[in-house]
Amino acid sequence: MAATDIAGSSATPPSPRLPVVWKSDEMTRRRKARYAADRRLRLYGMVAIGFALGFLMILVGTLSFTGYRAFTQSMVTIDIDFSSAELDRNNLMESNWRTIFRDGVKDDVGELSRSEERDYFSMFTSSAAYLIRDRIIADRSILDGRATFTIPMSDPIDQLAKGLVDTNLPEDQRRVNDNQVKLFNQLKAKGAVSQPFNWGLFFNSDSRFPELAGLAGAISGSFWLLLVCFLISFPVGIGAAIYLEEFAPKNRFTDLIEININNLAAVPSVVFGLLGLAVFLGWFGLPRSAPFVGGLVLALMTLPTIIIVTRAALTSVPSSIREAALGIGASKHEAVFHHILPLSMPSIMTGTIIGLAQALGETAPLLLIGMNAFITSPPDGIFEASTALPTQIYIWADSPERGFVARTSAAILVLLAFLVSMNTIAIFLRQRFERRW
Amino acid sequence: MNQMSEFAVEKAIGERMATTTSTSSGPAGGVKMAGKDVCVFYGEKQALFDVNLDIGAREVTALIGPSGCGKSTFLRCLNRMNDTIDIARIEGLITLDGNDVYDPGIDVVELRARVGMVFQKPNPFPKSIFENVAYGPRIHGIARNKTDMEEIVTSALKKAGLFEEVKDRLDEPGTGLSGGQQQRLCIARAIAVSPEVILMDEPCSALDPIATARIEELIDELRENYTIVIVTHSMQQAARVSQRTAFFHLGILVEEGATDVIFTSPREKRTQDYITGRFG
Repeated sequence: MAATDIAGSSATPPSPRLPVVWKSDEMTRRRKARYAADRRLRLYGMVAIGFALGFLMILVGTLSFTGYRAFTQSMVTIDIDFSSAELDRNNLMESNWRTIFRDGVKDDVGELSRSEERDYFSMFTSSAAYLIRDRIIADRSILDGRATFTIPMSDPIDQLAKGLVDTNLPEDQRRVNDNQVKLFNQLKAKGAVSQPFNWGLFFNSDSRFPELAGLAGAISGSFWLLLVCFLISFPVGIGAAIYLEEFAPKNRFTDLIEININNLAAVPSVVFGLLGLAVFLGWFGLPRSAPFVGGLVLALMTLPTIIIVTRAALTSVPSSIREAALGIGASKHEAVFHHILPLSMPSIMTGTIIGLAQALGETAPLLLIGMNAFITSPPDGIFEASTALPTQIYIWADSPERGFVARTSAAILVLLAFLVSMNTIAIFLRQRFERRW
Repeated sequence: MNQMSEFAVEKAIGERMATTTSTSSGPAGGVKMAGKDVCVFYGEKQALFDVNLDIGAREVTALIGPSGCGKSTFLRCLNRMNDTIDIARIEGLITLDGNDVYDPGIDVVELRARVGMVFQKPNPFPKSIFENVAYGPRIHGIARNKTDMEEIVTSALKKAGLFEEVKDRLDEPGTGLSGGQQQRLCIARAIAVSPEVILMDEPCSALDPIATARIEELIDELRENYTIVIVTHSMQQAARVSQRTAFFHLGILVEEGATDVIFTSPREKRTQDYITGRFG
């Protein structure tokens, strides 16, 4: 009725509407165009995914290609007879292990000239003597007879063993001279050279020598960092989110807080690093390079993420649950802690893990508080100087030795493996515990 | 026609002539709760206009009216559930046994324990059936020990007519029950804290006719021990379960009185129009 009234009031009389002919050419064409648009959209999507996957493959591919060599290490097996060795059994620590080691390896090759000897000894890691010493101090019974040791070969020889040294080049253009090539082949022919999995990559700490450098310090440093980061940002973040979402009055002031939290999430990480440097190191006088300070800085970075995720999770719990609790006389905090928070926990955990994964890969703030120091043992706690995985990568990428090229890529792969597994846990948690309403 | 009556009502508000017609004398069993000049505002918008309504003890009061007429708003004032809405503001007086429930000295937790609520959509906690019922007594510290708690839960489930159906699976999630069972579970949950008044906000709107009949029977049984206020869209339901009926329209309590009188000889034309299905 209303429609006729409006039409009737206008000047032109309404033209009679023809019935729709669904089979007409025009209609068919129109439908075809719409289907074509659907197909185009799907194609764009597939191209986009292909692009993203392609870049990911290039990244992982190149890293694996340069990094895979670092997962093995050329080792030499030597046999030492301690019964004849000159050592002071009452003062093992200060015995002349260097000579003992050198005598031991000399047995494997024939008579060597002075300069050949020098070339030969430099084929093994310069810490070989200490590796032997440490094993003997740990197990004195070895002293009574012969024992075999597997000693890492030095970086240039490792490169040679992995086929990365072109022996056709003139001798002065490569880091392995002809003597060493000859001696290496000799050792190899005897079966003394092996290339086992490089456990040192995971169980050693940083070293100036690539053959000894590993990630143990960086991994444990990152662990402490994340622990501090989690212990601070998780409770504080959840507390802040609960207050803002459930208790705070909605006014200008809380709006301002909300805007600031969202802005905080977008602040570049280097700024947090500078803040950590100025406040935690400068004012509070906390130790440099300590995971505690790094964790504090990363917690500041992760906090906004956790607050935002938690608020979203809390709002996604249907209000009927809140009303149900309040309706039987639960106080506000009981409604939140008995019902709403447990129900939103899976989402909160997922968000937190993703936030922590982000923190794990963060480099810039750690550089500013000195976590890129050269530290050769894993930290004993959160106040010991330490490195972290990303800063270790930074240090290695900066090192000139050839062996660090592969190790840098390998370290990146290890970091990526940690990130992927954390994100997998997040996805698992989401799928396992998420409740659909 | 609809527009006409709306216009008439607005005019009435404008002239501040909104008065309630009482069809008969007050509730038979004494007044349990009462609203006096209750106005509710959501921000700038006024949702209730000077509502005066007495709720009789141990009987069922039905609040009827078209959507958006303020009946749920009034119901939610009775146990202060409107407190959870930031922009809601309430004026006037609401009493429970003569005490103002909006008095600053009133403990809202105690009030909600005494005035329980059952919601439109069944909303059991995603916990076991037992836990659903036991939660209220637990937070209020009603049960003395484990056996006492089991007794409370069992008796609440029995009163809600659910016990026989769920007695073998009390530790299964309450959300796994059918809609009607879930709603009876919610009623059991409300009963478990031994309230004096039970508010029901369209408790059957999400249920099929059989489950609805079951709940209506239950309401009739519960009337012996509890004061019940039920909001309903269904005129038949109001006629079946209630002793007194209040008709709301556009935020005004148009008419209230004994249900049989309201349904057979309403004084107001609007009430009659609504009841006979001419609008709403």
